[in-house]
Amino acid sequence: MQVNETFTPTIVAFCCNWCSYAGADLSGTNRLQYPANVKIIRIPCSCRLNPMFILRAFQRGADGVILCGCHPGDCHYTTGNYYARRRMTLLFSLLDFMGIERERTRVEWVSAAEGAKFAATMNDFTQTITRLGPNRRLEDLRCKVE
Amino acid sequence: MQSRVIEKAASLLESGACTRVLGWKAGAFFYDVTPAVFTCAQEVREQMVFNPFCGANLSKYLIAESRKEGRIAVFLKPCDTFSFVQLQKEHRIARDKVWAVGVQCRGMCDIDSLKELGLKGVTAVEEAEDDLRVTTLYQEKTISRKEALSPRCHTCKSRKLLDCDELIGDQGQDLPSSRFAQVEALEAMTPEERFAFWRGELSKCIRCNACRNVCPACSCEKCVFDNPNSGVQNKAAASSFEENLFHIIRAFHVAGRCTDCGECTRVCPQHIPLHLLNRKFIKDMNEFYGPYQAGGDFDAKPPMLAFTLDDPEASIITNGRDGQ
Ligand code: SF4
Ligand code: SF4
Ligand code: SF4
Repeated sequence: MQVNETFTPTIVAFCCNWCSYAGADLSGTNRLQYPANVKIIRIPCSCRLNPMFILRAFQRGADGVILCGCHPGDCHYTTGNYYARRRMTLLFSLLDFMGIERERTRVEWVSAAEGAKFAATMNDFTQTITRLGPNRRLEDLRCKVE
Repeated sequence: MQSRVIEKAASLLESGACTRVLGWKAGAFFYDVTPAVFTCAQEVREQMVFNPFCGANLSKYLIAESRKEGRIAVFLKPCDTFSFVQLQKEHRIARDKVWAVGVQCRGMCDIDSLKELGLKGVTAVEEAEDDLRVTTLYQEKTISRKEALSPRCHTCKSRKLLDCDELIGDQGQDLPSSRFAQVEALEAMTPEERFAFWRGELSKCIRCNACRNVCPACSCEKCVFDNPNSGVQNKAAASSFEENLFHIIRAFHVAGRCTDCGECTRVCPQHIPLHLLNRKFIKDMNEFYGPYQAGGDFDAKPPMLAFTLDDPEASIITNGRDGQ
């Protein structure tokens, strides 16, 4: 895969309303920098993440997808993130098994107080995806928005 | 075996113990046996068959059949009984309306396996212990049953007959199975190679939905893939993405419930090794959350309906790449 120097990856970050979404907010009010190409989608709980959402994100041109939720034990609904953890582990493993590199998918626990962790995570993930190059394997070209 | 199965079916109907029998009858050719419901003993004697081509897993039919009036008798092979138990666990079958007859199995055969042996124009196959006497238009030949087995039967996990009311043949044992070998071989490839492998396989898919319709775990009354707004209900695969999406989502929906019965691969007209997707899930779940066999018993908690506080994080995924 070619690494294009002008390539800016599109990252989709699914963030739990109760923690990571607020964490993203905090990182903004603290004026921490993270790449503008991270598209945040708010979900009510990490457990709300239907695998279809992830595949759709890839279809519409995402180069990497990350799920951010409350730390295990801190779920607003008590146990949602534990189920999400199992599901995403299996799904990402299957995607890797089918050739969608596992570095393109990630799960990270970010609390509402961790603005700095949010920014650092996004910077790191963006770097990883930039290194991997554009996602061509789960992309439906008809839907590509230029 | 055939005569014992037919006699049993006929006597269950004659004695009034059951009002219907779920079994198999011959299709257009003797090797495309199809599932059938019989309502009288005469019908059973005339039409019912039980031969090495009765691969179809009948347990899924019980979802609808066990809701009807009267009791239905069903014949189940060992792998079918796993689906039978799993469906009961999911409260899909009314157990008291079913009389389950377990039939011990020596492995089912596949017409494609015979064709691969160069046997064309097959007109009859007779069982003789570990051998099969195959009659074709051109010759008669005795081959070992092993050579003619359907691919899934080479990696049969168990010959146990679970939760049956009576047995024909002996109770069996778990078998030492190398069923994960193919998954491991794929894991050992690079992501590029794996992608090429799956693209090559999945691009053959014609979206006939047979794999979904046959799967005993795939029994939702409303399926996402029948939703016209989903964009993926089309019969013809419109893009490579949709082909992938269908298979990833279908596999994911049955994760933790798939008993590894192998029906999906058996029915696929395009010979796509679909069972590998769920075997990968089974292998992962065994590794990450402890051994679990869907349909293996009534008590074990399905891994996708449970969690522990210290489950591994997604970073555990290695797929053969040592602990990086
Ligand atoms: S996914 Fe395939 S192997 Fe698993 S239960 Fe369904 S038909 Fe059987
Ligand atoms: S594919 Fe999913 S929604 Fe459709 S029948 Fe199977 S489990 Fe149900
Ligand atoms: S049975 Fe085979 S061809 Fe038909 S939808 Fe399933 S994978 Fe595609």
